[in-house]
Amino acid sequence: MGGAGSMWDMEAARAALPVVLSGFGITLLATVLGFAVAAVAGLAIALLQRSGGRRLALAVGAPAAFVRSTPVMVQLFAAWVLVPGLDPLVLGVLVLGLHYATYLSEVYRAGIDAVPKGQWEACTALSLPRRRVWRAVVLPQAVRKVLPALGNYAVSLFKETPFLSVITVNEMVHEASAFGSTHFAYLESFTLAAAVFLLASWPTSLLVRRLEARLAQ
Amino acid sequence: MPSDHVPGAEKVRFDRVTKRFGDQTVLDGLDLTVAPGERVTLIGPSGSGKTTILRLLMTLERVTDGVVHVDGEPFSHMPSGPGGALVPADERHLAPRRRRIGMVFQQFNLFPHMSVLANVVEAPRHVLGLDGDEAAARARDLLGLVGLADKEDAHPTRLSGGQQQRVAIARALAMRPELLLLDEVTSALDPELVAEVLDVLRDVADSTDITMLCVTHEMGFARDISDRILMFDGGRVLESGPPERLLDAPEHERTQAFVRSIT
Ligand SMILES: Nc1ncnc2c1ncn2[C@@H]1O[C@H](COP(=O)(O)OP(=O)(O)OP(=O)(O)O)[C@@H](O)[C@H]1O
Ligand SMILES: [Mg+2]
Repeated sequence: MGGAGSMWDMEAARAALPVVLSGFGITLLATVLGFAVAAVAGLAIALLQRSGGRRLALAVGAPAAFVRSTPVMVQLFAAWVLVPGLDPLVLGVLVLGLHYATYLSEVYRAGIDAVPKGQWEACTALSLPRRRVWRAVVLPQAVRKVLPALGNYAVSLFKETPFLSVITVNEMVHEASAFGSTHFAYLESFTLAAAVFLLASWPTSLLVRRLEARLAQ
Repeated sequence: MPSDHVPGAEKVRFDRVTKRFGDQTVLDGLDLTVAPGERVTLIGPSGSGKTTILRLLMTLERVTDGVVHVDGEPFSHMPSGPGGALVPADERHLAPRRRRIGMVFQQFNLFPHMSVLANVVEAPRHVLGLDGDEAAARARDLLGLVGLADKEDAHPTRLSGGQQQRVAIARALAMRPELLLLDEVTSALDPELVAEVLDVLRDVADSTDITMLCVTHEMGFARDISDRILMFDGGRVLESGPPERLLDAPEHERTQAFVRSIT
């Protein structure tokens, strides 16, 4: 096999592929779970800020702003040090999920603000209970409005999963790197990893854009 | 009618109600009484406070001063403490009373993500606690009444303005309100769609004893359904009377000028 920086080695690429793909499983898992955490926690943050009174809004908003404005890499390391013993994947999913939750809460908030005042007033005129107003009227319309933005954040979270390698999660880039160093085939393994990222996020982005166009109608 | 309140000679009474937005006084010590079953139409120039009156009753605004009574008891306020002094009403006071009031808006305000049937089912189901079949049966009856029996699966955005407004009327009626507030419900409609909505409201007026408080520029309709028309100006009632008198022989020049301007 050729050394790093030499020409493309088909043999090495073929050997790297299954390794990279096995890492992709972890990457995908981290993306799905991380985004699920972000979607739920982000909604909770948005709702607490909107309907929980001024003090609660501040108690939730300040930490959220802090998390939003510090690098996710630093947060991963910090959590890794502060919460020892937790499975790295679980820890990584939580940190990445909570980090994105602080972005998604802003997205939800924009969606909620975009629901016309007349919708709230119709709910009052019908005496709908508060919970029902949120569940049946406001949130379905708010989420629909911000679906493309949520999709973009999902793609963005997906592309940040390689950070999990710093806390030893065996995601795709971690596996590619390990293969590269043992087989002196960084070019092949990283190219494959990049290709997989591209193949996964490009169609997703297209889908999001089409969704955006459809909702804009 | 719920048994816990005494049916009096008044459905609604505004007792020296003042409403200010910032330093603008919109209603200025307004006194106004509406009898049970009465149909009252509010007319008056733009900005005279007609919408504000309806919104105060629907609890979409709060009074600045004075008290709104409904069914002979304080509505905007509630008795509190040993002396029973009136304090601004909290949600617990308002919730059961608000249910007897319904409103139809100029802009319909239908729920765009729900089917027509779901729009009408929503409140009976989740406020009155009807089960799904009961609520759907009630909704279908009302959609029949407003002439939209065949549109129950349609989405509101696919309907004409006139059809949307008829759905909104059915939706309000589904709560079986005792007091129905109508705020320029045909103003947002193309002229050719106005009649179908007014016809439905004439039907409602003829076939029920719902108290109706209505803001409209449609004088023919006002003449047909109103027991009384109130002319507003500057946050006060300038004059009031049965339609024939107020529209055909107004006392005030301002009323005369206003009526002439809209007919
Ligand atoms: N939420 C609000 N904030 C500030 N000013 C308001 C608000 N709602 C109403 N106003 C003002 O109060 C005044 C009366 O408004 P209202 O809507 O009751 O008048 P109206 O008689 O219904 O007029 P129109 O015939 O134009 O509908 C207007 O000058 C309006 O600008
Ligand atoms: Mg108005």
